Order: sequence, then C-alpha cells, then structure tokens
Amino acid sequence: MMSAALKRIIKSGWRDFKRNNGLSVATIFIMVMTISLVTSLFLSQKTFNFLIVSLEDKVDMAVYFTEEPTNEEILTIQAELFHLPEVKKLEYISKEEALAKFTERHAGEEVIMESLAEVGGNPLLSSINIKAWEASQYAAISAFLDTASFNDLIAKVDYSQKKPVIERLFSLTSNINTTGIVLSIILALVAVLIAFNTVRIAIYNSKEEIETMRLVGASDWFIRGPFMVQGIISGLWAVLITFLIFSAAVYFLSPKVAIIVPGLNLSSFFFSNFLVILLLQLAAGVGLGVIASWLAVRKHLII
Amino acid sequence: MIFMISFQKVSKTFQSRLKPIHALEEVSFEVQPGEFVSIVGRSGSGKTTLLKLLLAEEDPSSGAIFFNDQDIHQIKSDKLHKLRREIGVVFQDYKLFPSKTTYENIAYVMEVMGASDREIKNDVAKVLELVQLTDRKDSFPEELSGGERQRAAIARALIHRPQVILADEPTGNLDPYHTRDIIKLLVKLNEMGTTIILATHNQEVINSLEKRVITLEEGKVIRDEKKGRFAI
Repeated sequence: MMSAALKRIIKSGWRDFKRNNGLSVATIFIMVMTISLVTSLFLSQKTFNFLIVSLEDKVDMAVYFTEEPTNEEILTIQAELFHLPEVKKLEYISKEEALAKFTERHAGEEVIMESLAEVGGNPLLSSINIKAWEASQYAAISAFLDTASFNDLIAKVDYSQKKPVIERLFSLTSNINTTGIVLSIILALVAVLIAFNTVRIAIYNSKEEIETMRLVGASDWFIRGPFMVQGIISGLWAVLITFLIFSAAVYFLSPKVAIIVPGLNLSSFFFSNFLVILLLQLAAGVGLGVIASWLAVRKHLII
Repeated sequence: MIFMISFQKVSKTFQSRLKPIHALEEVSFEVQPGEFVSIVGRSGSGKTTLLKLLLAEEDPSSGAIFFNDQDIHQIKSDKLHKLRREIGVVFQDYKLFPSKTTYENIAYVMEVMGASDREIKNDVAKVLELVQLTDRKDSFPEELSGGERQRAAIARALIHRPQVILADEPTGNLDPYHTRDIIKLLVKLNEMGTTIILATHNQEVINSLEKRVITLEEGKVIRDEKKGRFAI
C-alpha cells in the first residue's frame, strides 16, 4: 500500500517535471548557478589554503652558532627544540654545508666570490633552520631561544630581521581566511535564497492546484510528494550539469592556474576530491530542491 | 430520522477592513441520505460559503455542522482529507488540474484513496463512459469545451462513490444545451443513490427539477420547500 503510494508520487513528480518543462529548465538553470557558486567557493577556499601554506612554507627562522657545536650538542639542541609544539621541522646546516650552499648560490657573481677568497677560510656560521606550523608561532620560538640552556652557543637569531615580514604574512593569511569565510557565507546565502525563491515561485504557480488537491481529499504527503520529487529531479539534473561544466573547466584551466600559482594542480585536486565535491553539490542541489519544495508547499497547505 | 448532514444555527462572519460581513446567520437545516437539495439565492446570499463550511474549507463563526453525526469542525486538520473523501465536489470554474489529462484528473481521486491500478483503470473507464468523455480521455483541460470540462469535473467528483456531491454553480459557465446535460447527469447520480447538494441561481434548472429547494437571502434561510420552485 505504502510502496504503491510512493510509486505514484514519484511517477506523478516525474510526469509533472516533464510537462512543465519551461519551468523545470528555469529552476535547473538557477540551481546550476547556485551549485556552481558553492563549488567555486569550495575550490577557491582550497586554492587560498594552498597559497597560504606555500607562503608560510617559505618563511623560517635560523639560529646561528658562535662555534661549530659538537654532535652531542646538536642532538641536545634539536631534542629541546623538538619538544616545542610550535616546531614543525628542523634542519642543521654545518659550516661546510653553509659554504657549499653559498658558493653554489653565488657561483656566477665574481665580486662576491672574490670577496670570499679575500676573507680566506670559511667565514660562515653553522646554523639550525626552524620551520613552525604557522607564521604566528615564530614569536614563541624566539622567546624560548632567549632563555634556552644552549643560549651561550647562539651567535644570533635572524627572527628580528624577519619579524616584520612574518607578522605581515600572519596578518595577511588571517585576513584572507576571515574575509574568505564571511564572503563564502554571504554568497552561499544569496545563492540559496535565489534558488529557494525560484522553487517557491514555481510552486506558487500551482497554488490553485494544491488547493483543489486538498479539497478532493489528498493527504498532505500526497500533495507535497510530487513537488519534492520534482525538486529532487531538478537538483539531480543541476548537479550533473554543474559537475560536467566544472570537470571540463578544471581540465582545461588547470595548466593555466599552475602558471599563476606554481605547484597547484587544480585538476588533480578536483578529481582526487571527486566524492567530496559531488556530495557537496548533491547536498546543495538536492537538499535545496527538497527543502525549498517542502517549505513552499507547506505554506499552501495551511488552511 | 437519520440525517447525513445537519447545520445547527451556523453563522459565518468575515472580517473586512470597513465592517464585518455576515455571510451566514443562524442557518439550520438537515439533509437525509439520497436527497437532492438545491440551494438557491442571489449572488452573495451565502451559497458558496455554505458549501465551503460543509467541506471544512472555512470554519463557522458559531454553530455546528454535522456530517454523519460527526462535528466536522472538530476534526483535526491532518485528518480532514478523510472527511473530504466522503464528499465529491464540482466547482463552477471546474478546477481541473491543467497539467493532467482528463483520465489523470479523474484517476487522481482514486489514487489518493489508494485504489489499485486495476480498480482505477476499470472505474475510470466506466465513469468516462457515463459522462461521455471516453474519446477525450487523453485531452488536457485546455483542449476541452466548457461542457466537457464540467463533465470531467463531475466524473472526478463521483469516481470514488462519495456519499454526497456538492455542486457549486456547475452550470454557471455553460449554454442551455450543456446545462441540461449536466443537470440530467446529476439527477441520474441521485437516482443511483448519491446525495446531491446543488448551489445555483439558475431559475430554469430549479423549476425543472421539482426537488427540495432551500432559499437563502442575505445569509439567512428564508424558505425550505420539499418540491420548491425558484422564487427570489
């Protein structure tokens, strides 16, 4: 009995969807816009995160030692630093390694190489490069180094020189995050309201039909059901269309994006997050269709 | 005496911005099973309001309406559809579903009642034959003439064999030929045992019927005659 009613509701929803094709196409079009916006916000958020992470990755602080520490001292210093929750990565660079890197970096610059030869020997200091998880954490690491047990071995910490850059980066990333979240919420809300109103107007057109259905004895669910089915069908079509548009767009735009943001493979990100994106789109499309239809019909059922 | 429908001192007042409108005032009458009752009166006399109250589309301001001993305005809104399944309605403006064919419009009422596909197929075919619309079963309402639409609306009202059919000005939009056709159909249904309540201001129809007539004037019952004639 129940399954027969459900079958009729689905059949009726599908039939009405086909017969009201003009309205259905308009609803799908608006839904495609909404889902596209939600998907774009998701992808931009991921791109911003990637940018922030790659910017933060470029920032580090170096601790230079007065003399070449012994192996034992290096291990102790590394162990103490690793105890700090802010520390993500440590890299010890000996005097020799520092010289080799310096020589390699300035290989073509005669003046610098001649100056180095004139100074004689190896004027560079051994150091430990420290990477924190976030730009905001370098201040805490610097404060620790000021009171560390191996402080007498430290010649200098380059935090004070890098501090303005790090602080600026920290403020920039935090601003991008806050603006991104606020903007996403506002845009998503606008998109949802537009889609909701489209469904509401479509159902408003059937206001008299809904009234007649009530008067001939249809239960609320029998009235509401076909509209919800139409909402689901519109949502599914919209998801399919949006997904195809985005797949093609990502495939063709990915190489261009990689030029602007080196290291970012949008295509690989999109297809490796295939399920998450599809679920997000389904939640946006089908969820919107069902909830909007349910609420819009409910208004006409209250008599 | 067994009454199917009983109006007991029913009043209905609509609040408008200027002054309250008393659509019905202390209306009382009973209808027995199998009766054919015509409700007559000028436009605005309260005929449509009376039918709307019976269908629980409006609530009375005071008084009570009983259908098979049940006070219909005490029924919870989520159970109202069960009452409405006992009543068939024919509207003046037909109120057919524009996106459904004649067949689907008629079948809809049986679908909501949970009839099987086979029952629907058999019964709709019979009713289509009764209202002479078999060859128009796949047409949409906009493709039907006024008379055909009204016959389709009557078919939809009777398909589930309701105890009573309410017909609100069913001939209001029809020419005399189609009017006679529709009234003949209603009389035939009444002879088959269905109670009919017909709201109309068509003098010719009332006088030809020679059935019970309740006359309304400014929301009050001014006459209730067994074999009444149109007299306003």
